[in-house]
Amino acid sequence: MSWLLVSVGGFLGANARYLVGVTFNKSEPLRPYGTWIANISGSILLGVLFVLLESGQINQLVFILLGTGFCGAYTTFSTFGTELLAMIVGSQWKQALLYIISSILISFTSVWIILYLFN
Amino acid sequence: MSNLISYKTFLLIGVGGAIGASMRYSLNLLVPFTNLPYATIIVNILGCFILAFSINNGQLKARVPEPFLLALNTGILGSFTTFSTFSIESIQLLTVNLGTGFIYIILNLFGGLAACLCGYLLAKQVDKAKNSDGGYA
Repeated sequence: MSWLLVSVGGFLGANARYLVGVTFNKSEPLRPYGTWIANISGSILLGVLFVLLESGQINQLVFILLGTGFCGAYTTFSTFGTELLAMIVGSQWKQALLYIISSILISFTSVWIILYLFN
Repeated sequence: MSNLISYKTFLLIGVGGAIGASMRYSLNLLVPFTNLPYATIIVNILGCFILAFSINNGQLKARVPEPFLLALNTGILGSFTTFSTFSIESIQLLTVNLGTGFIYIILNLFGGLAACLCGYLLAKQVDKAKNSDGGYA
């Protein structure tokens, strides 16, 4: 059962990321706003789902569908990494630094607030 | 919606996403949770390496049909790796032990970037080797 749920969540999550990507990502110069939005919003959603799971408001199967499946696939580390590398290879050091710091700072702060203030 | 994504693209990315997410889930079940969530580190480093190779290798792009590359890159590899679990696990570890949290973050970030660089360099190397012995004048 959990395999089916992860697959359905992954199916939808990957498409949601694709849609956000084609809508907001800009190339030349590379400005991956779409990936940035997906990673931050997906981290926030996973934080909320985690709090709901811990407090017993959703069960494990819902978390596997929406958390492991959807959020896991909606967010991406490989595209984030290759976009960073492309900026570094293209000597866009300022953009690379801005991209890595803003992605991490905003995601982590949001998740921290959700986990430890709303839990 | 129909302007942004065709039915075929929806299926290709979706099936890829289902495969990638299932592979990540399997690895989570297989790798025992010890002091560090190694499963996430492994999927992120491995996914970075393969994606960097896939999008930078000319041979692959010339020989593999575009729909298959979309399913592999955006679908499978995008969904195999995850940023949301990285965020949650980082905060969980940081609040328990700052040092462990930092090690986890460094392993993901620098491991992922180093893997991207290795994939990129290998992709270029393979292209160069192919071009030099491929008989093209």
